Amino acid sequence: MAWFKKARRPIAAPEQASRVPEGLWVKCPSCNKAIYNKDLLASLSVCPRCAHHFRLSAADRLRMLLDGGWTEHDAGLRSTDPLTFTDTKAYRDRLSKAIAATGLNDAIIVGSGTIEGLPAVVAAMEYSFIGGSMGVVVGEKITRAAERACAERAALIVVSCSGGARMMEGTLSLMQMAKISAALGRLDRAGLPYLSILTDPTTGGVAASFAMLGDLNIAEPKALIGFAGPRVIEQTIRQKLPEGFQRSEFLLEKGFIDLIVDRRELKATVARSLRLLGVGPRSTTPPATAVPTGDESDA
Amino acid sequence: MAELLDFEEPIAVLQKEIEALRLMPSTPERLAAIQQLEDRATSLRVEIYATLKPWQRVQVARHPNRPCMLDYVERLFQEFTEVHGDRRFADDTAIVAGFGLYHGQPAAVVGHQKGRDTKQKIYRNFGYARPEGYRKAMRVMKLAEKFREPVIVFIDTPAAYPGIESEERGVAEAIAVNLREMALLDTPIVVVVCGEGGSGGALGLAVGDRVLMQEFGIYSVIPPEGCAAILWRDAQRKVEAAEALKITAPDLLALGLIDEVVKEPPGGAHLDYDRAAALVDEAVGRHLAELQAMTSEARLDARYDKFRDMGHAGQSFVDEGAPAGSRAPGQAG
Repeated sequence: MAWFKKARRPIAAPEQASRVPEGLWVKCPSCNKAIYNKDLLASLSVCPRCAHHFRLSAADRLRMLLDGGWTEHDAGLRSTDPLTFTDTKAYRDRLSKAIAATGLNDAIIVGSGTIEGLPAVVAAMEYSFIGGSMGVVVGEKITRAAERACAERAALIVVSCSGGARMMEGTLSLMQMAKISAALGRLDRAGLPYLSILTDPTTGGVAASFAMLGDLNIAEPKALIGFAGPRVIEQTIRQKLPEGFQRSEFLLEKGFIDLIVDRRELKATVARSLRLLGVGPRSTTPPATAVPTGDESDA
Repeated sequence: MAELLDFEEPIAVLQKEIEALRLMPSTPERLAAIQQLEDRATSLRVEIYATLKPWQRVQVARHPNRPCMLDYVERLFQEFTEVHGDRRFADDTAIVAGFGLYHGQPAAVVGHQKGRDTKQKIYRNFGYARPEGYRKAMRVMKLAEKFREPVIVFIDTPAAYPGIESEERGVAEAIAVNLREMALLDTPIVVVVCGEGGSGGALGLAVGDRVLMQEFGIYSVIPPEGCAAILWRDAQRKVEAAEALKITAPDLLALGLIDEVVKEPPGGAHLDYDRAAALVDEAVGRHLAELQAMTSEARLDARYDKFRDMGHAGQSFVDEGAPAGSRAPGQAG
């Protein structure tokens, strides 16, 4: 009876596994289904089975929202490490590493163009650049984006994806919250629309400034959104947090989010919102007050 | 006698000697000796406080006897009348808001109140403000704008309260709205960071035409302990974190994030409330007079430019042009 006798063979997986090129299949962390990478990209990195939203890069974000033919702004802005900050590692080295890994100079890309033909300036945060943290460059670029939207009479859209202010730039990072909010105040008073798109995660100083100031705050499903991080809260109150706490659905229920939108519907929703907030294609709304005065244009 | 911090040990030794001498029968020689020791203690204190390290400044900023917002209000304002509630949910006792006469002129006052004894601390939630506090402060500031009164703000908080109810009631939104609206508020705003400027919880009240900071105050994006826990993975490295974060008044002045450092009495504000308040009064009065001489438009533009300039080209970032190998812009995928 050899029924229970195991024929012991050494495990020899590597050679076989390597026949499948890296990254051809992706496992969904939510439903564990293996997804063909091309299918995932085709569905804007949303799991076709369970609608889990994978994190999107800033570049993909702009590609997804803007019509073809947009212009990038302020790509060359780079932090000088103003505090010469060093913890277990020099901030300068962390920066160089992030720059090399992402091909970006900091945790954000700003571009202007159109969304279904409507003029818009879009800023998207890059989580893989030091956790999408906001330092002076992120602060400056969003501020410039708001000022640009004002000058060009365009809508502003900021896609947040960030753990908050960047510690390595200290109080300078903190002050970016005030700087951006002041620029958003001017945009608001100029009567221009600002849509805040909150994605996983949007916390700390980013939540407590521009992410919460949208004329409409639009979140992706199940994104972590909040001021204090869940661990900090757990330490304060010394108990476990309820399931779903600080997720998009929780914020919608509490009244801080206007809409939760599946990424595959996001562009259409943004365009529709802009139209409903009175934005028209540029040709039909000649700006009477804001004649371009040779505004220094870059890119 | 005031509580002494660890680095004040040499002063404590002298004080013990003085006390011992006082217990003995008084003679002219002994009195002279006591006087001499007291003089030495004073000069020692001046010496120690002249060279405080960042972490030591954190300790002074959090000193249990450090004057609180209401200690200053009592000394700087007449007829102070506190008002309560955000008209939405509740009254937050960690933030005090009201009106009083500042040198005879009606003014709005808002600020964090930490509380001193245990009972007060609990009542004030240790200065950890909830969303209602920020909304109450904004309500009072809007009234100040309506009645053309200046706003004077005192900042002293470890942080906004990190609890479930804070999140449920949108502390992030409450702070964010204050940042935007304070930038636009059409009345002079003078902010004094008088103790701990704890990240967003502080900034949510601290957008003003002038931001003054007491000599031993601190103002930080994160508490040194929190920073150490995250970046060093060890909260005990708080001393190094305090150095690295550049959170002291002289550091922030050099970075252009505050407008003036307000001197404190020798040995810190906690040793002489009246003197500390007089020094704050002098600075606030001077800045307020300057602001009130400006037109609304000039003042609001200057306020915008001041924050606009925080973290500017050359100081904090450079423009290198597009990074090498970057994508050609405008290619939709």
